[in-house]
Amino acid sequence: MGKLQGLLFGLATLVLVVTATVLFTKDWLPPLMSDRVGIDHAISITLVVTGIVFILTNLLLAWFGYRYQDQPGARAAYWHDNPRLEWTWTLVTAGVLAVFLFNALGLWASVNARPPADAMLIEVTGQQFAWNVRYPGPDGVLGRTDHLIASQENPIGLVKDDPAAKDDLLLLNQLYLPLDKPVRVQVRSMDVIHSFFLPNFRVKQDAMPGMTIEIWFTAKQTGDFEIACAEHCGLGHYRMRGQVHVVPAAELDKAVTEAAQ
Amino acid sequence: MAHSEAHAAEAHAHAPQAFIWRYVFSKDHKVIGIQYYVTAMMMALIAGLLAMLIRVQLAWPEKDWSSLQKIIPAGYTSGVMNPEFYAMLFTMHGTIMVFFVLSTAPVSGFGNILIPLQVGARDMAFPFLNGLSFWTFFCGCVTILYSFFVGAGAAAAGWTSYPPLSALRGAVPGSDTGQTFWIVAMVFFIASFTMGGLNFVTTIVNLRTKGLSMMRLPLTLWAMFLVAILGLLAFPALTGASLMLLLDRHFGTSFFLPTGLVLNNAPILGPDGQFLHKGGSPLLWQHLFWFLGHPEVYILMLPALGFTSDILTTFCRKALFGYKAMVGAMVAIAGLSFIVWGHHMFVSGMSPYLGMAFAVGTILIAVPSAVKVFNWLATLWNSRIQYKTPMLWAMGVVSLFISGGLSGIWLGQSAPDIQFHDTFFVVAHFHLIMAGAALFGVFGATAMWFPKMFGRTMNETLGKTHFWLTFVTYYGTFFPMHYIGLAGHMRRIYDPYQYAFLKPLQPINEFITVSALILGLSQIVFFVNFFWSAFKGQKASENPWNANGLEWTTSSPPPHGNWPGAIPEVHRWPYEYSNPSAPTDHVMQHEPPMTVEAGH
Amino acid sequence: MATDLFDARAPLAPPVAARAGAPVGPVVLDDDDRDDGGGGRAFDPARFGLWAFLGTVTMLFIGFTSAYIVRRTAVDWRALPVPHLLWWNTGALVLSGLAVEAGRARWRGRDRASLVRWLGAAALLALGFAAGQFQAWRLLAAAGYFLASNPHSSFFYLLSGVHLVHVGGGLVWFGLVCLRLRRGRRTEAGMDRELSLFATYWHFLAVLWVYVAVLIFGF
Repeated sequence: MGKLQGLLFGLATLVLVVTATVLFTKDWLPPLMSDRVGIDHAISITLVVTGIVFILTNLLLAWFGYRYQDQPGARAAYWHDNPRLEWTWTLVTAGVLAVFLFNALGLWASVNARPPADAMLIEVTGQQFAWNVRYPGPDGVLGRTDHLIASQENPIGLVKDDPAAKDDLLLLNQLYLPLDKPVRVQVRSMDVIHSFFLPNFRVKQDAMPGMTIEIWFTAKQTGDFEIACAEHCGLGHYRMRGQVHVVPAAELDKAVTEAAQ
Repeated sequence: MAHSEAHAAEAHAHAPQAFIWRYVFSKDHKVIGIQYYVTAMMMALIAGLLAMLIRVQLAWPEKDWSSLQKIIPAGYTSGVMNPEFYAMLFTMHGTIMVFFVLSTAPVSGFGNILIPLQVGARDMAFPFLNGLSFWTFFCGCVTILYSFFVGAGAAAAGWTSYPPLSALRGAVPGSDTGQTFWIVAMVFFIASFTMGGLNFVTTIVNLRTKGLSMMRLPLTLWAMFLVAILGLLAFPALTGASLMLLLDRHFGTSFFLPTGLVLNNAPILGPDGQFLHKGGSPLLWQHLFWFLGHPEVYILMLPALGFTSDILTTFCRKALFGYKAMVGAMVAIAGLSFIVWGHHMFVSGMSPYLGMAFAVGTILIAVPSAVKVFNWLATLWNSRIQYKTPMLWAMGVVSLFISGGLSGIWLGQSAPDIQFHDTFFVVAHFHLIMAGAALFGVFGATAMWFPKMFGRTMNETLGKTHFWLTFVTYYGTFFPMHYIGLAGHMRRIYDPYQYAFLKPLQPINEFITVSALILGLSQIVFFVNFFWSAFKGQKASENPWNANGLEWTTSSPPPHGNWPGAIPEVHRWPYEYSNPSAPTDHVMQHEPPMTVEAGH
Repeated sequence: MATDLFDARAPLAPPVAARAGAPVGPVVLDDDDRDDGGGGRAFDPARFGLWAFLGTVTMLFIGFTSAYIVRRTAVDWRALPVPHLLWWNTGALVLSGLAVEAGRARWRGRDRASLVRWLGAAALLALGFAAGQFQAWRLLAAAGYFLASNPHSSFFYLLSGVHLVHVGGGLVWFGLVCLRLRRGRRTEAGMDRELSLFATYWHFLAVLWVYVAVLIFGF
């Protein structure tokens, strides 16, 4: 029975390793549509390194579990310290992780870098339970908002009298992005915390009431994709679904200008 | 000697006789530990049922659940689950599991049972406070369970209770009265945990028997010691935050509520026609919550790591490899746990510089974690494994620690976390490493120390059956969540199939649910084993596993005062197994110093 | 030995007997058995526990402090006027601690009656502090500063309230100390110890209050 248990444990671990390996080699990530390819690279490297560690440690666990079973006459070794070994595996682990960290921090810095000067400005305001998208229009300036005047007809409280607001274009749950042109999105919220999530773009930013948080990225392929809310915001959290449309930049500029008139 | 014998006699003389003082309002750590343990198991049943309902909804939201509606009419309408019910399900599952089950069973349960025994003391340092801590905890349990039945239901803003969702009473039904009960329950819980923590840390530091230096402690005790310190230093942040949330909810303050809030297209105004709230910060809640929250998850996990070292060595008859490194690793994990909380907040809008700092700490904490795994593997190498139930669970902990720990490296890198935050990838990670390690640790500790608790051993056949069913279905439930998380499946989503990109994942959700249902049903085997063995199990000797700790030097179960005579003194570390120079294959901690024939 | 799949009854392997014919020579089987007394025997568990508890309370106020600092920078911050009464309250609490110390000094000479008198004075001063705090709240409310008026006032009420709760706990303990003194439930050494522990907590509360006052009105 001991032998069987050991065999079973080893086998179960092996099955786990094989299943995990097979499944992790499939491409699960939503196809990448933005310039944040650095994130996908980091994920791939992480998969390879942690995958190797996973396989090795589990193989050892399976092998030791099977091989070192209690047999008549068997005796455990008396070996409980080896400072050299300890230092070796500690420093190797630290070294590998340091490389990870270095790479990760560089990537983080680039994601959080200043947007290019020609980035197109868009504002996304989350509310229970919809995404209010606003384009500043030809003047490039977003009109003032005052939450005191927010209402059913004016969900983001746009101050209509503000000259900058006259050419603002408002959409509900629809986001149009220019192809190959950086956009900077100012993420806001009217009520509770939401999270602006574009799975295909590796973009996620919590929408914090009381704050305006800016992120930027570039869409690299045309097509229609989805916006999801990624922060529990109430009973309609599951239906805060929007649509992203990536269209040629010139087309978008034209459409926004036309809508302003 | 005479002193402690007098004490023992005194202890006998003072042993309570009436049922109520012996078993209900007891000051005996063994009784209190069992009270905590059993209560936590009952809470686990409830939280587990909540999880089953979540899984059924995620797999088959479109099905007609009128059958469930009959049992829980408030949760369903026309056979379809209500979204607010779903929000309450995941909130309460998380809250009850994290605090009332997994902070309790391994810590307050086994900590109470084992600390005085392993340390060589008659009882905890403050027995009255100990009893008080249990009944305070019980009040917390009653409060949180009662919250299911108030007005608009129990809290529904997630176990993390982020404001404004948790602070604005109209933002979600559970934020009406349920959230207030949540806060009150947490205050009871934290008070209880603090009392327990004071007892743990004082007993371990001050009441060790002669010869038991800190570097001769079993790792279980090191874990309990560190957990107590973590709790004493970290929980106050949540106490403070909870009080501020209470004020925001009921007294119009603005600790966490910024200006400009508009709920249901109606601005939230004060009597003067201006915004009621001004200048509060939702981020402040997150910082305070996670300042507790991160050490909290290590509170859940460290005891299991301690149990694993003790169980592994006993059942593979080999000394623990790298005792100093193992202690150092646990201390490092505990210390680092205080400076990584922001990794829960990478996309929250906090300063990117803070994000950098937290990423560094988070990746660093992987080093001591890896060291522990390597030391366990080295312990197993060239050992002599006996596959009893406790051993299976301990090896299960090692397996889960590897799986869950590695996914932490994915999440700790701040940029990739942009894709994973608030998806099922996170759910996979913490269920494997935290919940899984803690749960397997509890089951392993139960199998190991059941004889000490009840004087009988648990049934091996049932134990092994329970392990295999749980091990396989645990992985079957949580490992696939990595994949759907990678695919972008968000957390806390009542109906994922509203999204085109999530529709193809339904078969995987179905697989996970079937696995989870079997996992849930498998726990019946445990309950049967536990209660049957407690009354009818084979009677246990003093030391059924031939282990080394001081708890195995007294009867099973120990008498009031733990040792009928003098308390044993300690002469060595607790991992003296298979020393070739020894006359026996293990030398217990209390056996006198030996001089033997040399030989290797 | 042939056994079925799950052999619940098979015992663990018996201890291995020492090998015969091994080379001769003594080997001490344990690491060096220094008697460190195990367990900090010189240190009173109750004192240790008290300091651990003071650590927890300190962390609570550190949490409040960090919240205060964050909130301090927001635009809706308004200065709060200092009720002069607070100076008197602070004085009362500090004096109460000094009275306890005076009583302890007398007790060292085993002057029971003096101890009782000083403890009585300390109790009165403490009750004076509590009453003064309640009055300070009323004064502020009368001046238009309520809990939710602005974050500064919110913090004042919250921190002084939480502090007062801890003073309340201290007063309960104070009552128990006096009861034990009266009923002779403690030996003289035991009384020394209890007074010492109580005094530690009492001084902590005074220091904490000064800290809260400086934080709220100094920054």
